[in-house]
Amino acid sequence: MNPLWTLVPPLAVIPFIILFGEKQRNLREASIILAGIVLLALNDRIYSDVMSGQVASSGELKLLANFSLKLSVEPMGVMFGVLASFLWVVTTVYSIGYMRGHNEKNQTRFYCCFALAIACVMAAAYADNLLTLFVAYEAITLSTFPLVTHAGNADSRKAGRLYLLLLMCGSIGLFLPAIIWISSAAGTLTFTPGGVLSDAGLSKGAATILVCLLVLGVGKAAVMPMHRWLPAAMVAPTPVSALLHAVAVVKTGVFTILKVIVYIFGIDMVSSTNAAQWMLPLTAFTILASSIIAFTKDNLKARLAYSTISQLSYIVMAGLLATSMSVTGGAFHIVTHAFGKITLFFCAGAIMVAAHKKAISELDGLGRQMPITMSAFFIGAIGIIGLPPAAGMWSKLLIAGGSLDGGNALWVGVLMLSTLLNIAYLLPIPLRAFFKPPSSDISEISEAPMPSLWAIVLTAMVCILLFFFPQPVLNLLGLIQWR
Amino acid sequence: MIADQLPAWQIVIPMLAAPLCVLVRNSTAAWVVAMVANLLTLLNAWALFVQIRAEGVIRYALGGWAAPTGIEYYVDIANASVILLVSFISSVVMVFAFHSVRKTVLTGKHYLFYSAWMLCLTGLLGICITGDAFNVFVFLEISSLSTYMLIAFGQDKRAFTASFRYLIMGSIGASFILIGIGFLYAATGTLNMVDLAQRIPDAESKRAVLVAFSFLTIGLMIKSAVFPLHGWLANAYQQAPLVVTAFLAGTATKVSLYVLLRFFFSIFGPDYSFGAMLLNVVLLPAAVAGFLLMSLVAIYQTDLRRMLAYSSVAQIGYIIAAFCIASQAGLTAGIVHIFNHALIKSALFMSVGCIIYQVGHAHSRSFDNLFSTMPFTVSAFIISGLGLIGVPLTVGFVSKFSLIGASMEKGWWLIGAMVLVSSLFAIVYIGRVVEVMLFRKSRMETPHSVGSNEAPLMMLVPLYVLVAVSIWFGISGSTTLDVAGQAARALLGGYQ
Amino acid sequence: MQILGLYNYWIVIVLMMAGLYIMIARYNLIKKMIGLGVFQTSIFYLYISMGKVTGGSAPILDDNVTQYSNPLPHVLILTAIVVGVATTAVALALIVRIHEEYNTIEEDEIKAIEAAEHDS
Repeated sequence: MNPLWTLVPPLAVIPFIILFGEKQRNLREASIILAGIVLLALNDRIYSDVMSGQVASSGELKLLANFSLKLSVEPMGVMFGVLASFLWVVTTVYSIGYMRGHNEKNQTRFYCCFALAIACVMAAAYADNLLTLFVAYEAITLSTFPLVTHAGNADSRKAGRLYLLLLMCGSIGLFLPAIIWISSAAGTLTFTPGGVLSDAGLSKGAATILVCLLVLGVGKAAVMPMHRWLPAAMVAPTPVSALLHAVAVVKTGVFTILKVIVYIFGIDMVSSTNAAQWMLPLTAFTILASSIIAFTKDNLKARLAYSTISQLSYIVMAGLLATSMSVTGGAFHIVTHAFGKITLFFCAGAIMVAAHKKAISELDGLGRQMPITMSAFFIGAIGIIGLPPAAGMWSKLLIAGGSLDGGNALWVGVLMLSTLLNIAYLLPIPLRAFFKPPSSDISEISEAPMPSLWAIVLTAMVCILLFFFPQPVLNLLGLIQWR
Repeated sequence: MIADQLPAWQIVIPMLAAPLCVLVRNSTAAWVVAMVANLLTLLNAWALFVQIRAEGVIRYALGGWAAPTGIEYYVDIANASVILLVSFISSVVMVFAFHSVRKTVLTGKHYLFYSAWMLCLTGLLGICITGDAFNVFVFLEISSLSTYMLIAFGQDKRAFTASFRYLIMGSIGASFILIGIGFLYAATGTLNMVDLAQRIPDAESKRAVLVAFSFLTIGLMIKSAVFPLHGWLANAYQQAPLVVTAFLAGTATKVSLYVLLRFFFSIFGPDYSFGAMLLNVVLLPAAVAGFLLMSLVAIYQTDLRRMLAYSSVAQIGYIIAAFCIASQAGLTAGIVHIFNHALIKSALFMSVGCIIYQVGHAHSRSFDNLFSTMPFTVSAFIISGLGLIGVPLTVGFVSKFSLIGASMEKGWWLIGAMVLVSSLFAIVYIGRVVEVMLFRKSRMETPHSVGSNEAPLMMLVPLYVLVAVSIWFGISGSTTLDVAGQAARALLGGYQ
Repeated sequence: MQILGLYNYWIVIVLMMAGLYIMIARYNLIKKMIGLGVFQTSIFYLYISMGKVTGGSAPILDDNVTQYSNPLPHVLILTAIVVGVATTAVALALIVRIHEEYNTIEEDEIKAIEAAEHDS
């Protein structure tokens, strides 16, 4: 099926959101959920098309002389598309509870920008060439900017400024030159199995610089030192942090890096020229440093944000290791981390709505009042850490295996160390909530609103289901053409 | 019949409209006359453009006097597209002007305003279309004199001083051009551009040609506001009535840039200008310093008009930098940016015009939450602002992509990098304003003075026409790039 | 000798520089206009002396004359004079309005007034 259709539901729902507005909130949110379900069905259709061997693409829109905008279907993109559309539905359900429970203002603008961002994510997922991906990437930055500054106070405007500046500086200052360089060296920007740069006659130094431009320029991947925007963006409402800053936006970043490495550089070229030699240590540093920073944060969302930074660097590292196994692991980690992290963020939001607590040190004993939320938090945490029975284990295992495949055990050590740090900063939270006595009177606190609770339970279940049934995703990723 | 006389009509229509505006006196009637004349001009420009594309270069002997004796109009794809652009911008802004002029220009003088506008249009079109070097000067002065008048129509008394300063600078620039043309005539004995282009290679060694070249360069740099000779522009753009600024920003400097192209590439030829005379050694640093410094200066402006004026100087820097590359790709990028920037900047100034119309001032720090009261205007401002930054799917991206591509092709990596850096400054200065408009909560002590609803439809529609055109050409950038490429080939190839 | 033989150009250069200097260095707007006038006139001289052909007569058809001066620069300068007059007229009109608004035509005083008003 033509992937262009996936842009339709999120865009088509925007007029309805505006039409229904604040007056008919139920209709407004129902229309979003409907659009989400349609989108999910479309993506599912594309998934089954791909599994049965059909590959479709859209028409071209000529932008510049020999560069055009085009969408086409590709296994990694399908995975990302299905993931984002599924989580959009779940997050909308969750938002209903959260936004109403929190009495947020300007909800119509919020839902509009949200839908727009999802449309852009779909365009990114199904991009046929690097230019399309870049356009979608920029559009995501711009459409999520109003979400970050949603509250409109001084804090959120400062965060919005940082958000826009870091992401745009990176993409225009580093990523765009890399794209222009690639286009002048290879003459094309189309994603091609095996890469387009292998015959372009780039020197080893040039390839190394290109990798640096890519990894640092794609600021959404939050590799240090381009990570500052992510903790700052946590001023946004929690559904935004959950879907966009744990899934859609940041995953677009790492997805871009994986796509470029597989379909522009070609994994053979990256491994044979050792072009990633400067960036691999940087990702390792990011993994460890942000885990340690996460450890020091008492604000729950800030801790989760730094955890996200560290997990994103897993995926970047997996891409840079450039073996088919590690890239598969990285792509799978996009999914497993998404479910784990969104569960954690949902829980953080639920705690904020129900108990009005933001700091970890205030959570003592909360497990008795909010057992479902805190259990889900526990499942999400083991998913991030990578312990059975949660799916995070498989993806970490694949990345580690890929690293050994490439003959470098050092990075396995980094992964192990980071796992230990994960345990140290994530597990104490649910343990505290369940086993420490409450410090003050919390008897009036009860679970979060029902819609939010359903969403939390659903994502936590998927974390476990993917452990037992990882095959649908892995089969899909098995279709990637490496050469 | 009429098709043969298109080049003459192009000038005659607006020129006739000017006295007609004075004769009718009544404000609305004068506007109708000007509007009709403008539409006819636009139609004519389109017909001319189509004709050029179908049949190639037109050489039109004015009054039937053949080239060396008489004045010749020379139309090829390069100036036909500039003519089309100027007529289009003028028509769109003219629709916009109706309400804006009523509110901001002294009552009872409207017919003079429209008359001056028509003269200015005549001058600008004449500069483009003529094939005679001295004629360029005459039309330049027609447009300049009427521009001084238009600027002096501004509401504030500072408009008079701004206009006077522009008059002094403009007259120096025009005089320099006159001197340059005089020396060219002394060295070659002709004023016809085609003849000049043929004879200059033989006269290249003469000192008169060198002197002519220097005077023309400085004169044209003043006229097109190339950094550091841009001093007149900020005051003039700030103090003029907003309609005039919107009109000038899209046309006046662009036409001067076209003359610059014509002289450096068609008449002197790129080998002489950029080879023997090392023009890029002079212009390139000025261009780069211009777009870096002026973008930086724009960040610190509190008046929206001034901010956009400095941004204009910066954009002219891009165009000059593209010219300095002096290759097919570079020239294409420069010409395409002339076109794209005219669209964006006119749209931006028009949206500022809507804001001033309703709010009464342009202090960018006090537009708290303007989006809630003027959503359409602010949206147009944001879209055009994104174009200025060069976000994909806007015209700005097409220009910047081709400019950076051209500089890399030439091996000027640093220039490409600096263009990117100054784009980042653009994010800052546009972003600051947008942030205030969208997200800052209204503070009670600065309520919006006049009405706080949208501008009239007759102002919004032309604004959105420009926005739509700029998005259209942002998405199908190859259309404009094709035309610009042909124009660049015509300019590089010299006269046939 | 050759340098002295080009005396007309020397005059032009002196006038031109003088005019430009007045325009830049004087604060009085009327004096600026005088400078502009001198500057433009020097250009007129440049063109006119350029058109003179040694031994040539005024370009009026006559049977007794075989060599004429070049009439074209004269014609051009006629146009340029008109332009110059128009420029002066616009400038003087502006100066009148400036005087009405600011009560001065000294540029430094005008700047001081503008700065004072801008700050308040």
